[in-house]
Amino acid sequence: MASAPATTLAARGTALASSQHQLDILARPAAWRGFDDRLADAGLPPLRATGIGVFQINVGKFCNQTCRHCHVDAGPDRTEQMSRETAELCMAALEKTDIPVVDITGGAPELNPSFRRMVERSRALGRHVMDRCNLSILLLKPHADLADFLAANQVEVVASLPYFRPTQADAQRGDGIFDKSIEALRKLNALGYGRPGSGLALNLVHNPVGAFLPAAQASLEKQFRRELDRQFGIVFDNLYTITNMPISRFLEFLLDSGNYEGYMERLANAFNPAAVAGVMCRNTISIGWDGGLYDCDFNQMLDLKVGGGAPTHIRDFDAQALANRTIVTANHCYGCTAGAGSSCGGAVA
Amino acid sequence: METYYHPHDLGKFADMGKGNPELWDKFMAYYGAVFAEGALTAREKALIALGVSHAIQCPYCIDAYTQAGLQNGSNLEEMTEVVHVACAIRGGASLVHGVQMRNVATKLSM
Repeated sequence: MASAPATTLAARGTALASSQHQLDILARPAAWRGFDDRLADAGLPPLRATGIGVFQINVGKFCNQTCRHCHVDAGPDRTEQMSRETAELCMAALEKTDIPVVDITGGAPELNPSFRRMVERSRALGRHVMDRCNLSILLLKPHADLADFLAANQVEVVASLPYFRPTQADAQRGDGIFDKSIEALRKLNALGYGRPGSGLALNLVHNPVGAFLPAAQASLEKQFRRELDRQFGIVFDNLYTITNMPISRFLEFLLDSGNYEGYMERLANAFNPAAVAGVMCRNTISIGWDGGLYDCDFNQMLDLKVGGGAPTHIRDFDAQALANRTIVTANHCYGCTAGAGSSCGGAVA
Repeated sequence: METYYHPHDLGKFADMGKGNPELWDKFMAYYGAVFAEGALTAREKALIALGVSHAIQCPYCIDAYTQAGLQNGSNLEEMTEVVHVACAIRGGASLVHGVQMRNVATKLSM
């Protein structure tokens, strides 16, 4: 397996750094039918939101890791970060709603100076808060108290760990990341995370380390639970399997390795009409670092803002107008409807 | 280059149903039942299928069950061991026929 690239698409200035270029590739004529046609073939109407249950804030692209599959093209060289003013707008919008879940992501979301304030404000409003954590951030010296902060605020930790062996995990996330992830998981376990009755949820995320679909979630969870306990004495609550989206750095991997056509065909062949009902975009509003509003984090990275006349910036947030919006779709959406489906909370069907 | 095997032919497997749909349907129903979770997990069955694929040297099967192995959460170390199991059985099968060679040679020799 090749080692992870040291830089982002943006830093290398490749054509793929452009979201439009990615969309153009996805729209090329292919052996498989387009996503919208496939919905119609299955007798399904265009996707619409059913409400907003998750307020997902992507605070920026700055990250201490440069994972090979990253759909955000995040990395240490990225400077896009949500400002304090935009973070305030997010909190003001949240306050006017009863959206129960705040899902904070990035980049490494904890590197944003507004992260802790947003967590505390959201918790004070009685909302459930999720932190999409890369684990290694918990070991950085300036963030030595981060795990305690998360525990004190009863933040659910959703941590990336693609596999229970270093070879595969490091191939995706960078050399040495597996060992750091294990150390961070031990730190979280020591605080009570992942232990029954603690109220501190620790959920792991598995992305396949290559151009194939994830394993059945329940089956892989059993394997993870057995191996992490046996090898490292680590416990966790749930494993979420997430399909790699054919955009950004994973798209680069697919193209460079000659796997693009085969992967897309695999996703399209595995289209599951039953997974469509549960896709996360129907119940989520995704907010970008600059305050832009999107149907999901993937659309955000492709610069596909919410459509149908709904407000497109957090300053104009209108929960009612957004609650039954039409979802903007393109061929990358096959990533969420293949097989058992995929969402930020794992399989959906 | 013309070859007997084409990777895209794997996707045409279902064309075999065109000659005799009834037998194809029966085969596929059986195939599906064999690979369903049972006393063995789908992951274990995919690994066994990968070993058999190597023993019978079917490139389509190797392609399909390498993908199935990865997709079911198996890793390269496990899948390499599976190939060695197939190799050992194939090699052992040749070697054990050496007993037949010895029997013949012993009978013929003074």
